[in-house]
Formats: sequence, structure tokens, C-alpha cells
Amino acid sequence: MGLLSFLTGLTFPRGVHPPGLKEDTRDKPIRRLPFAPRMVMPLQQHFGRPARPLVVKHQEVLRGQPIAEADGFQSAPLHAPVTGVVEGIELMSTARGPKTEAIVIRTAPGDSQAIHWAQPRDLERLNRPQLIQAIQEIGLVGQGGAAFPTHMKLSVPDGYDIDTLVVNGCECEPYLSADHRIMLEQTDAVIAGILIAMKALGATRAVIGVEDDKPDAIAALQARLDKEGPISVGKVRSKYPQGSEKMLIKALLRREVPSGHFPYHIGVVVNNVGTMAQLGTLLPRGEGLVERVVTVAGPGITRPGNYRVPIGTPLRYLLQHVGFTGSDASHIILGGPMMGNTVSSLDVPITKGVSGVVVLPDPEEQDLRIQPCIRCGRCVEACPVGLNPSDLGKLAAVRRYEVMEERYHLNDCFECGCCSYVCPSNIPLVQYFRIAKSLNRERIK
Amino acid sequence: MTPLKIELKTSPHLKQAGSVEQIMRHVTYALLPICAFSVYHFGISALALLITSVVTCVLTEHLFAKLSGKRSSVSDFSAVITGLLLALTLPPSFPLWMAALSGFIGIALAKVMFGGMGYNLFNPALVGRAFAQAAFPVSVSTWTVPGHPDRFTEFLPSTLAMPFTTPAPVDAWTAATPLAQWKFEGIHVDAWSLFTGMTPGSVGETSAILILVCGLYLIARGMMNWRIPAAVLGSAFVTASVFYWMDPTFYPTPWFVLLSGGLMLGAMFMASDMVASPITRSGIWIYGILIGFLAVIIRFFGGLPEGIMYAILLGNAMAPLIERVTQPRPYGSRKRRDAA
Repeated sequence: MGLLSFLTGLTFPRGVHPPGLKEDTRDKPIRRLPFAPRMVMPLQQHFGRPARPLVVKHQEVLRGQPIAEADGFQSAPLHAPVTGVVEGIELMSTARGPKTEAIVIRTAPGDSQAIHWAQPRDLERLNRPQLIQAIQEIGLVGQGGAAFPTHMKLSVPDGYDIDTLVVNGCECEPYLSADHRIMLEQTDAVIAGILIAMKALGATRAVIGVEDDKPDAIAALQARLDKEGPISVGKVRSKYPQGSEKMLIKALLRREVPSGHFPYHIGVVVNNVGTMAQLGTLLPRGEGLVERVVTVAGPGITRPGNYRVPIGTPLRYLLQHVGFTGSDASHIILGGPMMGNTVSSLDVPITKGVSGVVVLPDPEEQDLRIQPCIRCGRCVEACPVGLNPSDLGKLAAVRRYEVMEERYHLNDCFECGCCSYVCPSNIPLVQYFRIAKSLNRERIK
Repeated sequence: MTPLKIELKTSPHLKQAGSVEQIMRHVTYALLPICAFSVYHFGISALALLITSVVTCVLTEHLFAKLSGKRSSVSDFSAVITGLLLALTLPPSFPLWMAALSGFIGIALAKVMFGGMGYNLFNPALVGRAFAQAAFPVSVSTWTVPGHPDRFTEFLPSTLAMPFTTPAPVDAWTAATPLAQWKFEGIHVDAWSLFTGMTPGSVGETSAILILVCGLYLIARGMMNWRIPAAVLGSAFVTASVFYWMDPTFYPTPWFVLLSGGLMLGAMFMASDMVASPITRSGIWIYGILIGFLAVIIRFFGGLPEGIMYAILLGNAMAPLIERVTQPRPYGSRKRRDAA
């Protein structure tokens, strides 16, 4: 293995090589998006319980001010992304599907980018529980897409010791380059955030995993890091899904998270570079999470790039600003094209977990008729988990969902979509597996 | 501003280029140079054989699709491949009516009855060939002189034999294959003739170099798993080497084994049939090694001079079992998957 990884770069077995498609955005500096006239802040933008509103209709709020508090530990607060007036707390469209409660704020004309509310803390004097609480108070959630509250991720259950913090700078999704720009433009913030997270975890070292298609980011990070220091950079091969937690752990540490367990069970916690940059910027100042970097790209966009977008900006406003014509495009994806979800309405807001907006044309010229499986084995060669998608697909077609779970490790599938991506018969494999998993979950209930 | 229609779709939203039709079309392209060489080599009889076989296979597939009320699957090219492969494995003088019957059996018995494309356990072309071997033992082992001067103007006498008659061999046209010469007369044909293909033999099996180049084209396009031909040829070479080392006076050289008969064609284009071979990486190696080994053992110790056909069919039969014991180990678990 040692020799092999020396020749080919650190990586996990199998996976796929979709085109990068990052050329339009990765070399342009991050730009700011102006405030939309009306902002929508869903109370649930994260994994866990929704936040509880702290504001009422017609109340004036300042940019940065808390507008909703965390409902218990498994929740995160919200901060006003703009200075303005609360129009109400209403049911609004969100990317999650059903309409959910959201605080709607009318932006005050002439609002500046200044943050008007902060609660600075002396980080040196905080113990670990206080540090975790401080992180919860800034409302930080995972910036890579899963939107898992960061304070939850950084508080490990009793009985587990974390030796390594893995920082995910892979950005293996096509089109997306937000993390790439963050590593280049906010290098110090990333490192500051890593040091805070290491303290919260009690970890002695951190490894930043960056794909080898971002040599400038690797160089920028290494230039700021002490060779003998606790933080190192691991160059990993550009391959999808290299940025998946378990695959990155395998590539960097040669460890595997046992089936059905979490990384902390083997002494590892993984965080995204974007999350680390936010942590390093916001926590010392005690400011809330009010904006994030979003890659906006795809054939339907005239001015693709990375934008610093206030949380709560309606998608329609963002797309108008980047020159979306709406003529030749009909797939609007939040996140990357491999794992992101399409939206049904342009009224949904950008929330804390949205790393990208990708607009793709209708793939009409491609013949996507489903053919029988010809057992070419491409899915088996692609599955990063080592499942047999071909067999699983055949079982799904005859609805033997229980067999899929009991004998074919269905629950180890994390729905990366490599199998569907490569299948020449256009069998919707990962889509079948999602259905099978959710039906199995229902059956247990 | 609002797009005319917003399409809702689940991820992944990107798709690797490539389709079943595309794979099958390229396999067909890869077989065409071999067909062209065979026509040059054996004349219009080979051409008639190729056409008969392909037409029968395609018509059989179409007929059964119509009978079962399904959408005709002819456009996916897989029946064309079966037809071409069957013709390439038959002797040039093989009567056309026998070829048509073999093609029908191959498609109907090995493919349609198992559920059509993707479900066949055995390679349909080889099942057709095995049927020919069993039903027409004389015609299937009557070989023709290559490069006969009259090959472009005259059919071989047996080609146009009336249906349900078996033609007698005509001495002026017949010749023994290198494998039969070795097996029954102890004559060794030199490796260079075998490599270039200027020898008697089945329609498309004689030129090892051409088959190699056409196979490499498919491998380069990512449409064939290189491990299968590599394993078959490697294993045949090693097995033959062991025997050659034990008794060089009796056994042929490993190069002769590799280049003679249908081994190259079988390894490149028939053992590599995706549908009938295992899907797992280690399973593919086991399958290929098994086929190469069996082919040589049948050649050396069986009653027939050629063994690749039965070796591949045996490999096909073993494929589900091999696949079952070679499932990949899922991430984060110690055991291999215990498949049903």
C-alpha cells in the first residue's frame, strides 16, 4: 500500500472521476452579494430541533442580533442577516420540501455590511464545556452541506478520546469551488478555527485533506503551517466521493469507521474547511453566523463565481444577481450535482448548509431509457463502500428491500450516486436504494 | 426570469457518457476488421456465412420479441454480435443452413429463454457453436485451404448444401488446422504463420495479431474488461509452459498454444462477454484463469483438438458461484458480504 499510495496519491478504493468543471469559478476572488429586499430565515436550517423565535412582528433587528434561540443542545440559534424589520413568522417554502416556519425580515434601506451585535470572549479562559457552549451561541453548523451543528460535532460522548481532527478541504463535487477560495483567501481563519476545534475536542493533531487539483490551496496552507506543528496537510487524489467523511478518513489515516458507527468511535472527527474558517473568524469576535460563501455556477449562469451570500437570501434574488436568464436551464440544484437536491421554487432561501447553486440545462439529448443490466461491473468498480449495486438494483426492482438490508449491507450505502453515474443501462440505482432505505425505516417504525 | 419549467430530479444530476447501445456498437466495430480479413482469407463463402448467421440471429431475436409482445431489442446490437461471433467460430465451408439453425438455437435457447439481454447464463454464440459441434460433427471439423485462388468467384461446395443434407468433403479445398495437425499428425506450424493468420481454421480465429489489435481497441475505449483476456491468455500460457517444460518433444510450445485455434478469439471476445462472466474483480481473475487452464487441458487430453469453447462454457457455468465467493468487503466490516 505504501508504495502504491506514493505513486498514485492518498485515496480510498474505487470511486469515480466526474469532470471538475470548476474553471469558471475557482480563479475568481469571492465577491459580496448585496442584501435582498426581503430575507427568509427558516427556523430549521440544521440537523436537530428547530430554533425558537426571539422576535415578534414589526420588531426592528440589527444585523448580527440573535433572532431565535437554540431549543436544547441539539439545536442552533439564528442571527439576523440584515438590519431591518420583522415582517412576521410565516410558513415559507424551503428546499427541504414542505413549507416550514421562517422569520421574514424586510431589509432596511441603506443597511451596511457592518455587524452590529457581538459577544466577544477570551477563548484562552474557557474550559471545554464553555467553549462548546460559545460555539453553539454563534449558530455555527457544518458548511459542507449536511448542516450538522458544529458544537454537537465537537462534543464527543464520554468514553471516547479524539486523537485526530480531519479537516475536509477536498471539495470533490463538480462545479463547486467555495472551499477552494476559502482556503486561499481565508487561510489564517481556517487555521485559527482548526486550533479552536482541536481544543474543544482535546485532539493532539489535525490533518487537512485537500485534493491534488488544488495545488495553490495546498501551498497556501503549508506556507502558514509549521512543519513540526500539530496541523498538517494531506494531499489526496481528486476523485469522487473523496470528500465523504468515511472515505477521507480511509485516505488520510488508513482507518475505517466500523459499519453503523461514527468517526468518533475510532478517535476521529471530521469538519469542513468552510466550517473551520467560520469558527476561526466568528468565535473570537463572538459574532453569529450571518453569511456564507456559495459557489454559483453551471451553464445557465452568465456571471458564475463564488459569492458571500447573506443567510436567508431568496434564491430568486441570488440568481438574478448572477445573470440567470432562465431560458435554457431547468435544473436548479442546491449543493453539487452529484449529491445536491433540485428545488421546486425560486422562493426558497439560501440556508446555512448550502455550499453551491448549480444550474444545469435539461439533459434532453441524452437517451436515459432504462435498459437491462448487462453486468458490465462498472457500478461494482465504482462503489466506494464496496457494495454490489448490480445485485442490489435487481433486488430493488423486485422489491426485496429486507434482503437488501439483511444480506447486502444496504444501510452502509451513503447515497453518493457513483453507481447511477456510471451505469450504461441508466438504471436509477441510488434512487432505488433511497426508496428501499426509507421503506425499511418505515417498516421498523 | 422564471424558467419555463423547473425540472425536479434526484441526484446524481450528472451522468457518465456511454450506453448499452454504444458498448455493443463498438464491440461490433471491433469485430468488423476480423470479418473483413476472414472474407479476404476464405472468400465469398465466409461472407455468406457471416451474413447468414447475423441475419438469423437478428431475426430470431426480433421474432421472439414480437411473440412475447415486447419492444424489439434488435437495435441494441447484441444479436448482431452473437451472429458475428458464431460465424467467426465456424469453419468457412460450413453449410449455411446449419449456420442458420445454430444461430437460431444460440439466440432462442441461450438468450431469449433466459430472459433476453443481460440474463443469459451462457454466451449465446458459444451455445450455438456447441450445438453445431454436437449436431454436425463432420461439417464442423472440415477445414478449408486459406487463400484459394478461386475463393472470390466460387462458393465452397458445401456452403450451399441443401437444408437437411450433409455434404461430403471435397479434397481440393480441404486442409487440416494447425491444432489438428499437431494433435493427430504431430506437425508444428510455426508461430509466425499463426500470428498473421495464413493458416486453415475457423472463419475468424486465424489471425492472432488482428484479434489482439481489435480487442485492444475495445480495452482502450473502456468497453472491455482487460482482466479477462489477460487472465485467460496468461493462464493458458503458464499451463502450457508447465507441460512443455515437462516434455518438450510431445507438447507444443506455449506460443503455439497461445496463437493457434480459437484461444485468442475466445479470450478476447467470448470469455469477456460481460453478461456471462463474474462481476467482481477477484472473481474475474479466477474465472479467466480457470478458462485458460481448462482450454489447455482439453486440448492436451480431450478428444477434440480445440478446447476453448467448452472451457468458456464451463467458466460461464461457474461464474455465479465464483461471484458468490468473491464479493467485495464492504467498508467498515471485517467479513465479506454473504450473498444469497
